[in-house]
Amino acid sequence: MSSRKPGLGRGLEALIPMASQTTNDAVRETSPDAPKDMFQLIEPDGSVLDRLPVTLEEMRALYADMVEARVFDHKSMAMQRQGRLATYAPFEGQEAAQIGAAAALRPQDWLAATYRDAALNWRAGYPWRLLILGRTGDERGGEVPESVRILPPSITVGGHMIHAVGLAWAEKLKGSDSVALTSFGDGATSEGDFHEAMNFAAVYETPTVFFCQNNGFAISYPVHEQTRSETIAVKAEAYGMPAARVDGNDVAAVLAVVREAVDRARRGEGPSLIEAVTYRLGPHTTSDDPGRYRDEDEGEDWRSKDPLTRIRKLLEKARGWTSEWQEELEKAASAKIEEAVEWAENLAQPEPEDLFDRMFSTPTPSLQEQKKIASDG
Amino acid sequence: MGEVNLAQALNGALDTALGSDSRVVLLGEDIGRTGGVFRITDGLLDTHGGERVFDTPVAESGIVGAAFGMAVAGMRPVAEIQFMGFSYPAYDQVINHVARIRNRSNHRFAAPMVIRVPYGGGIGAAEHHSESTESIYAHIPGIKVVVPSTPRDARGLLLAAIEDPDPVVFLEPIRLYRAVKEDIPDIYYTVDIGPVRVEREGEDITLISWGAMMKETRQAAVRLESEGVSVEVLDVRTLSPLDRGGLADSVEKTGRAVIIHEAPLTGGFGGEIAASIQERCLYSLLSPIVRVTGWDTVFPLKRSETHYLPAVDRIVNAAEKTLEG
Repeated sequence: MSSRKPGLGRGLEALIPMASQTTNDAVRETSPDAPKDMFQLIEPDGSVLDRLPVTLEEMRALYADMVEARVFDHKSMAMQRQGRLATYAPFEGQEAAQIGAAAALRPQDWLAATYRDAALNWRAGYPWRLLILGRTGDERGGEVPESVRILPPSITVGGHMIHAVGLAWAEKLKGSDSVALTSFGDGATSEGDFHEAMNFAAVYETPTVFFCQNNGFAISYPVHEQTRSETIAVKAEAYGMPAARVDGNDVAAVLAVVREAVDRARRGEGPSLIEAVTYRLGPHTTSDDPGRYRDEDEGEDWRSKDPLTRIRKLLEKARGWTSEWQEELEKAASAKIEEAVEWAENLAQPEPEDLFDRMFSTPTPSLQEQKKIASDG
Repeated sequence: MGEVNLAQALNGALDTALGSDSRVVLLGEDIGRTGGVFRITDGLLDTHGGERVFDTPVAESGIVGAAFGMAVAGMRPVAEIQFMGFSYPAYDQVINHVARIRNRSNHRFAAPMVIRVPYGGGIGAAEHHSESTESIYAHIPGIKVVVPSTPRDARGLLLAAIEDPDPVVFLEPIRLYRAVKEDIPDIYYTVDIGPVRVEREGEDITLISWGAMMKETRQAAVRLESEGVSVEVLDVRTLSPLDRGGLADSVEKTGRAVIIHEAPLTGGFGGEIAASIQERCLYSLLSPIVRVTGWDTVFPLKRSETHYLPAVDRIVNAAEKTLEG
């Protein structure tokens, strides 16, 4: 059972039984550049620091997922430039955080994430075709299949964190073993909503996992200017909640930490906060120019910590990667995403009536009247 | 159930809902141990237990946001906000999420939940405790806005709101909580959300109001009747969706309409009603539609309250002027 009042280090320890103090020391010794108290299993050069939570085959599958996600991200950026998608918020650089977190969830779990979480949503069960459809500007993109418990991406910053508290609270009251994970960025932790969600989750001990992708910026505002807290993770202490800080570019470390938090919630031991330290390699959205607020060197430095590269290196060492396989992966991913794009772009255009029909379970008399005006022209 | 006041009717409705539907949970500030600032949830924690009735931290956005999550996951939460003036921190949740999830997910998810909000002045309360900003809720597509003014409607509309597959903002007229009594059935019944209620039938003029101002409107009707005027009184009851047909039917018959609300004039819901009436029955109108409302001022503190709230005299005078036309 984890300590209810962890310090940063103790919080880490509490959440990661497999990460002994030796491992933490090892992290510091072998990687002096790594931020303090950040849990890591795989270094940027692909060397492994401790027992991994996955088999080689599972690691290959995680890698394949990250490749597919990146293909999607690049394709989406290109499509936006061609005017085929509305504003797009790229996640390049954050694949490990998103795929690792999603891999820790089960189908019965809830997910409430953001507009930058396409990879997380997809890996958790949100079909590509619907994510694309949503970005073409179509509400039908939010209609996930009946078996999928993922809320359509939240566009306002931070308002959805409390939803994962309510979702988890309901599951707890129903006596189910479902948990809810909410993903958000460093920027959202400045919202008052973050405080209310963290506090409610702690007070009612809901099975909620707060998963923060600290990607360095709230659009243009650097994280170290957004808060005087030493880290995002340390904020959990004030709520009596355990926390972990993890290398968000290390898919194995993210998976291990989130899995522990999810298991903990499933066992009825309450919520936790995870800070995944990562970096948004691209712009905030397609309407942003990051050149105005950060220098290229920083980006280059983070490119060297690319979450895909380190797994490729690891797999190479383990003879689990070849350039042919890479090509196959990219080809297969492209084909899948092309198919999804084709489906979304060929879907019949929405009818004017649809606007009115999805407001309520049954359209109100007023809406029926307006619907008639709209269709009569 | 016998003769009950509006507060008791609401308490009874919540008790009935908790007893008949295991998905119903209540959450709000001080609603458990103390039974709420107006005692609307009095005794419900004892009767239904701590897994159904939750005292919450002082965080309106958290209350509504958590209720939203619960509703999406299949519960039927009823959230209480203590006063309308405290509801604004939760407005973001209401307008951006509660009202939109069905649209955002094309029916895949919905938020069947009720947000109960005591509203209105006339009890000499502190600042922020007398608001009647119903029009900022009625303006939001995707929610329903309901305002009972009688014990019978309070019970039936609240049970209907809890049953409703979509979110309902349920406004409770504070100064009527204990001012109106009536015999109501001791059974599970609902009152349809939507239709206006013709409270009194008449031929010469239609007085239109809702919630707390129904009290003065009723008194004005009695005065006018004593002067020989045949008055029709409509209790709008549901601001959204608005029963435009029901309003027009009455005014088509009487040809005259006075709309009474305590919210400020500008942007007040009376404007929507007046516009709707003239769209449907301009040629039946014998006189301009008149609004008797609160002023475009901040709701004043205790000593000036009577200077603000539309009094019976103002309603009668407006009606008389309308009848001259």
